[in-house]
Amino acid sequence: MKELLELYWVFCKMGAVCFGGGYAMLPIIQAEIVDKRGWATSEEIMDYYAIGQCTPGVIAVNTSTFIGNKRAGIPGAIAATAGFVTPSVIIIMIISSLLKNFAHITYVERAFSGIRICVAVLIINATVKLWKSAVKDKIGLVICLGVFLLSAFTPLSPVIFVVLSGFAGYFICKWKGASE
Amino acid sequence: MIQLLLLIIEFFKIGLFAIGGGLATLPFLYDLTVTHPDWVNRSQLLDMVAISESTPGALGVNMATYVGNIIAGPLGGVATTIGLVMPSVIIIVIVAKFLERFKDSPIVQNVFYGIRPASIGLIMAAAFVVIKEALMDIPLFSETGSFTDLFRIKSIIFGIILYIGMVKFKKHPILYIAIAAVVGNIIAF
Repeated sequence: MKELLELYWVFCKMGAVCFGGGYAMLPIIQAEIVDKRGWATSEEIMDYYAIGQCTPGVIAVNTSTFIGNKRAGIPGAIAATAGFVTPSVIIIMIISSLLKNFAHITYVERAFSGIRICVAVLIINATVKLWKSAVKDKIGLVICLGVFLLSAFTPLSPVIFVVLSGFAGYFICKWKGASE
Repeated sequence: MIQLLLLIIEFFKIGLFAIGGGLATLPFLYDLTVTHPDWVNRSQLLDMVAISESTPGALGVNMATYVGNIIAGPLGGVATTIGLVMPSVIIIVIVAKFLERFKDSPIVQNVFYGIRPASIGLIMAAAFVVIKEALMDIPLFSETGSFTDLFRIKSIIFGIILYIGMVKFKKHPILYIAIAAVVGNIIAF
């Protein structure tokens, strides 16, 4: 029970400070889950993100569910997800009933002009840190850059890239094993 | 009560079919304005996007809560959120069980050998979109055609300062977000 409450509380805090959706959650996961608590490794986070992008639903929720499930099974998955969405539900409820023009308040607009820059830099920083655990050889580099370019400049779905690179990984390893 | 159940079912469907994160739910929400015009209209959805992007939390969850709130008050907001996340939780728990069982199998390891670099490639592509919006001014550039208008110089300088601060001091992300909110109010990027 104590573990579930802890999961709920940690994800609740993450939900309250995660501006900008699933990818913006990455630096916060790195700080709270990987560095501070050791609940998951960088490799596992990469796997969760890859799977989260080709399964239905919100990426941040998928990732929360994964980590919660790893810690404490199905109750853990539910506790982490409930924690993550609690701040959203409360904040949106207050704003949608009291401050309909919230997004157009000058202070908010100006604050977000700064926050957007910060989120961009946080994601760059997280990507640099993850790079080492995800790209380990030349083949990895080719897959990574190929997926980046195709995903950034074509409208293709992430699902295609994840599935194709999974097949590529399988056949490359098989081929390497056969040649050794 | 029946309306709340309907909301859960409707958002369960959205959670089930929207693959690829929060923005993927948007077309489904636009569909709602056609299938249930008594629930929500298009101009409310524009407010929804603006508010969801300027509050913490996952975009998809924020949007679902907002719409549920409009339709049926606070309980509606809870109902739509539960509906939206339920498919995720169910599917991910199943996938996780499968992964746990087969994570040591060479096949799964080989598949992830290919997927991990792809995952970081996708994150880089998402970062690229965010960077483009935060640090570049493409509308102004396409108007004037001058490269000095393409980059938001003030923003880039602030971004570099933030990055140096992050690498040097390694503080919690929320500290940098708070600093950025204050600086945004002083400078207005």
